[in-house]
Amino acid sequence: MEKKIEVIGEAEIGKLINQLSESVSRTLNLENLAILGIRRRGVELALRLQKRLEKPGRKIPLGILDITLYRDDLSSVDVQPLVRGTSIPFDLTGRDILLVDDVLYTGRTIRAALTQLVDFGRPRSVKLLTLIDRDHRELPIQPDFTGRFVEAAAGEFIEVRLREVDGEDKVLLITRPDRAS
Amino acid sequence: MAWTRKHLLSIEELSAAEINLVLETAASFKEVSTREIKKVPALRGKTVATLFFEPSTRTRTSFELAAKRLSADVVGFSPSTSSLVKGETIIDTGENLEAMKVDCFVVRHASSGVPALLARKLKASIINAGDGNHEHPTQALLDLLTIQEHKKRFRGLKVAILGDLRHSRVARSNIWALTKLGAEVILCGPPPLIPPGLETTGARVTVRRETALKDADVIYILRIQLERQQENYFPSLREYSRYYQVNRETLSLARPDAIVMHPGPMNRGVEISTEAAEDRRSVILNQVENGIAARMAVLYLLLVGK
Repeated sequence: MEKKIEVIGEAEIGKLINQLSESVSRTLNLENLAILGIRRRGVELALRLQKRLEKPGRKIPLGILDITLYRDDLSSVDVQPLVRGTSIPFDLTGRDILLVDDVLYTGRTIRAALTQLVDFGRPRSVKLLTLIDRDHRELPIQPDFTGRFVEAAAGEFIEVRLREVDGEDKVLLITRPDRAS
Repeated sequence: MAWTRKHLLSIEELSAAEINLVLETAASFKEVSTREIKKVPALRGKTVATLFFEPSTRTRTSFELAAKRLSADVVGFSPSTSSLVKGETIIDTGENLEAMKVDCFVVRHASSGVPALLARKLKASIINAGDGNHEHPTQALLDLLTIQEHKKRFRGLKVAILGDLRHSRVARSNIWALTKLGAEVILCGPPPLIPPGLETTGARVTVRRETALKDADVIYILRIQLERQQENYFPSLREYSRYYQVNRETLSLARPDAIVMHPGPMNRGVEISTEAAEDRRSVILNQVENGIAARMAVLYLLLVGK
């Protein structure tokens, strides 16, 4: 049977996002910043960050990345993943980009996102922010900003649930004994 | 819902859920063609062969661009420059190309059933790009995408399809597609161009243009193939246009926000007047644009996944 443990609750998620937005505004030049959220929960996180970073007179552009068509496993998946679409309503070239996702795991999603980014332009820099970082990276990719590191064994999954999509804010650690290898 | 089909041979065999999945996917693919770099790597390493045994510019170009924007390699094959003139059978041709590791064949043929035959004989995916009087599924899908963009729904829409219903594979695919999604379809043409049994599709049939156009949300005008006149399906082009042309005057019978569609190529002054073709309600070029996204969606769904 699948086992789910809550590792982060609602109040702490709010706190983590506040801390993340503070360290972003301390370290990055917000005047030249644009945020790109990775579908699906990266988009909700990106929207929350944007809300915290924008001030009257300081708009921060936000785009949505759907990395499906850039995945490195499309020739081996059993079922084709749903394509939901990318939308970048501004020019990336010369911008400092903050790439946002919920969990950094193997690094393959971020690899795909970086490949996709350069199809849209040449950003001045790209930084990575994820709410959760965890073990078992398969590519040499590390976050620049991260809310919390969560210990998880191979075969364990971290599920970030967000109000806008899931009706609640929490992070779950999921163990599926039948699938663990 | 997941797509499990290997081939796209007809709209008749698809469920409403499958049609909707193609439409959702196609809507997401539209953005790719608006980029400066109009290409995604999804079908890298796949090979698509277009096998057109009938002339076509639009459909073939549209399929080639769709495949290229997904990074597939594309080879074209035309019967006039091929071994078919030397007597090779279609299946032999298919097997020879398949031996060169082609993953997908896009097939157009004057005889109904050729794509289905190739699907039985070959291991590759087959996409029907128009077979005889049977079906032209990707045309219907791009038409649906266009209707959805303008009308946001299908249920309860009144769609009038006018013209040569007897020989039109475009009409056949669209009738299946629209009735499955809950639109009200009314078919109209001169009696010799209405094949018997058309009422059994769930569509209504009329010979009066005014009845078809009255309060229509969508006006779909089929191409009149000029050679049909020699075959005596109607007395003259002039008579056809007098009773069946969609022009400014007859367009006013439809709802004020109706859209005008045509699969191309148009015979201006025959089935459609120039004013109607260039009316602000005409979405004909929109259809062409959506053809790329619809075909990208079909190629993606057929060639990704097992």
